[in-house]
Amino acid sequence: MKNEKTKSILLVGVGGQGTILASKLLTIGLMQSGFDVKMSEIHGMSQRGGSVSSQVRYGEKVQSPVIELGGADILVSFEKMEGLRWLEYLRPDGEVVINDYQINPMPVVSGVADYSDKILDELKSKAKNIMIVDAFKAAVELGNPKVMNIVLLGSLVKKMKLEGMNWKEIIEKEVKKDFVELNQKAFEMGLKLV
Amino acid sequence: MTKRLLTGNEAIAYGAWEAGVDFASAYPGTPSSEILANIAKFKDIRSEWAPNEKVSLEAAIGASIAGVRSICAMKHVGVNVAADPLFTFSYMGVNGGMVLISADEPGQHSSQNEQDNRWYAVSAKLPMFEPSNSQECRDMLFASYELSEKYDAPVLMRLTTRICHSKSIVECGDRKTVPAKPYKKDVQKNLMVPQMARQRRVVVEKRMNDLAEYSENNPFNYIEKATVKTKKGERVGVLASGTCYHFAKEVFGDAVAFLKLGYTNPLPNNLLDKFMKEVDTLYIVEENDPYLENWVKARGYKCKGKDTFPPYGEMTADVLRGALTGKQLPQIDYDKSLLVPRPPTLCAGCPHRGFFYELSKRKKIAISGDIGCYTLGFAPPYNAMDTCLCMGGAFSVAHGMQLAFDKSGQDIRAIGILGDSTFLHTGINSLMDIAYNGSKAISVILDNRITGMTGHQENPGSGKTLSGEVTPIINLKEVVKSFGFKHIFEIDPNDLKAVKKALDDALALDEASVIITVWPCPLKRMDKAEREQYGNPFTTKVKVDESKCISCKLCIRCGCPALSMNRKTNKAEVDFPQCVGCDVCVQICPKKAIEKETK
Repeated sequence: MKNEKTKSILLVGVGGQGTILASKLLTIGLMQSGFDVKMSEIHGMSQRGGSVSSQVRYGEKVQSPVIELGGADILVSFEKMEGLRWLEYLRPDGEVVINDYQINPMPVVSGVADYSDKILDELKSKAKNIMIVDAFKAAVELGNPKVMNIVLLGSLVKKMKLEGMNWKEIIEKEVKKDFVELNQKAFEMGLKLV
Repeated sequence: MTKRLLTGNEAIAYGAWEAGVDFASAYPGTPSSEILANIAKFKDIRSEWAPNEKVSLEAAIGASIAGVRSICAMKHVGVNVAADPLFTFSYMGVNGGMVLISADEPGQHSSQNEQDNRWYAVSAKLPMFEPSNSQECRDMLFASYELSEKYDAPVLMRLTTRICHSKSIVECGDRKTVPAKPYKKDVQKNLMVPQMARQRRVVVEKRMNDLAEYSENNPFNYIEKATVKTKKGERVGVLASGTCYHFAKEVFGDAVAFLKLGYTNPLPNNLLDKFMKEVDTLYIVEENDPYLENWVKARGYKCKGKDTFPPYGEMTADVLRGALTGKQLPQIDYDKSLLVPRPPTLCAGCPHRGFFYELSKRKKIAISGDIGCYTLGFAPPYNAMDTCLCMGGAFSVAHGMQLAFDKSGQDIRAIGILGDSTFLHTGINSLMDIAYNGSKAISVILDNRITGMTGHQENPGSGKTLSGEVTPIINLKEVVKSFGFKHIFEIDPNDLKAVKKALDDALALDEASVIITVWPCPLKRMDKAEREQYGNPFTTKVKVDESKCISCKLCIRCGCPALSMNRKTNKAEVDFPQCVGCDVCVQICPKKAIEKETK
């Protein structure tokens, strides 16, 4: 019964990692490409270091703004464990772009739980199409670890085969003036990582 | 017309601007907060943060009486606060059109309950719209003002989280010129003493009958025929409003007919009857209460509603699919035992940390909390909250608890805790209760100089207005003093010795006291003067001298996300990007192993 034409991209991470800006740029690009687009995100209490998601859906005519369990075509995770946490939302034949980056949840910080070193292995063994990106390293090379989000956006856009769009201009319009060049470089870097 | 990708909240702002709205007021609350923040970008509209929802509605009502179009936005529980003026304004009707936006939260993403505010439209006798996407937010808001003025009624627009915070494409136009209606003194209409109110009650009844006609004939209530034939030939229909229409459309597709309602009080009886002639099996997809379902059943029709779908939570496609077929889409099976929960935490540098760290050591206390970031004081490692009820309730609940503890001979001290914005919202009245009726409850105001949880909105204590203008700062200490409290301790919450002393002193007293902690939220945008006032905070870091660290883990007990034990060395470790140098951990370390980083 699902409208086959609608594609679903799930961007997940930890509050403060910039998933919202990355998905905002993505949706603008998709709209300019002539797609119907919907995006959904949850604000509020979860922003304070909690698990966050931005859901992007596009196609000829999009109904629900929310991706259902087993409904995402691509899962982009800004943090390793969040990738695994949201894996149930991926179609069994869907693709994963994962940032090889770890942010300890509070129970790990306070020493009552361990951050398993098997997370990436579990992801690799269960997801058929997975690509591991070191966006942190790339962002540090650019001089600001915060642009990890735009590096990942670049990788995602390549994966979606949408690199032909005028992303430079979209970044220029949407990002604060002082950070335009940095973000454009981060985007280019992300394209090259794929 | 320009095409824009907007959240529902942004579309409301565009719609208000286009409809010629002149005055907007709100108190922030998820998921409604961004409505006013976006309206404020339009300089044609006078936009304000009010101290609470009741005040914001009253100000919008005043603007309407004076003759301009006004808007007011709040989260669902905010309407409870504003209910008093709402019910009576319904009798008065409008001069300039007036719309109240209620943002409900099915699924309770960031709320304390899941109340269905559609009932407010019924009991206050208000016309109601329920948009299902951002375009409808804009279109229905536009229509609301025409309707409000034509039928002499304030309009309730019910949004939900997925409407507020989902983006979709919207066609926007230009601002319409709406001249102010001349003000005319009219006590029969605007002065609700019983003799006038009884007259208006009759007018309201007629108005709702007229609006029932509108409900049958408007572009927002319509039937969508099935375009794909089912094999069995069964004629299935779905009734839905708001975001549920799109959720249902995702699952049912084009094989069923839809009765899509965008205008939902009064409901269109004739349209339902017409629809039911073409339908054998009716599904009703709605979030929160069986509002549409009760109506359909009262009209004598059978339907599958809350008996088929869950009575609470969001009706997303997977929920509907699960309820209808018992199955979801195929998913990947994986080892979930590897996952560690990631609950929200107080940020690194949060001024609430030092206070909760010290408070968590105390015994024989009952802590009455409130709504804000500081509610996270309930969580480990602090576990420093016993109850949290509603905005501004901390002090009055603590007052009642203390009196009951004392009367029943239970040796427990009640401590009420709330933030600056919550204090100014309604906590101020609760504190009056303690001052006036006299209990020995301890009241704590955690003043972080901003409304934090909802995204850093200014408030009457922060020194700025919504539009960024400098305005007098309400001095909390002077306010509290004026209530007659003899013991007021104003402290820096990052100074653990000062926090400890204030708690010692307050607990030693056999009467009420007020503790006010003052330090800005590290996420607050401060101007130069304010940064200087607090000694240019959040610009330093701390580091661990591993040779001094004895692995006692005491520092970990302050619950800072930037501080952890290194698994390999078993020494404390600082996450540099996160640390902002609040120095709470520096004061906790018994071996002085955590030092201020000097550049």
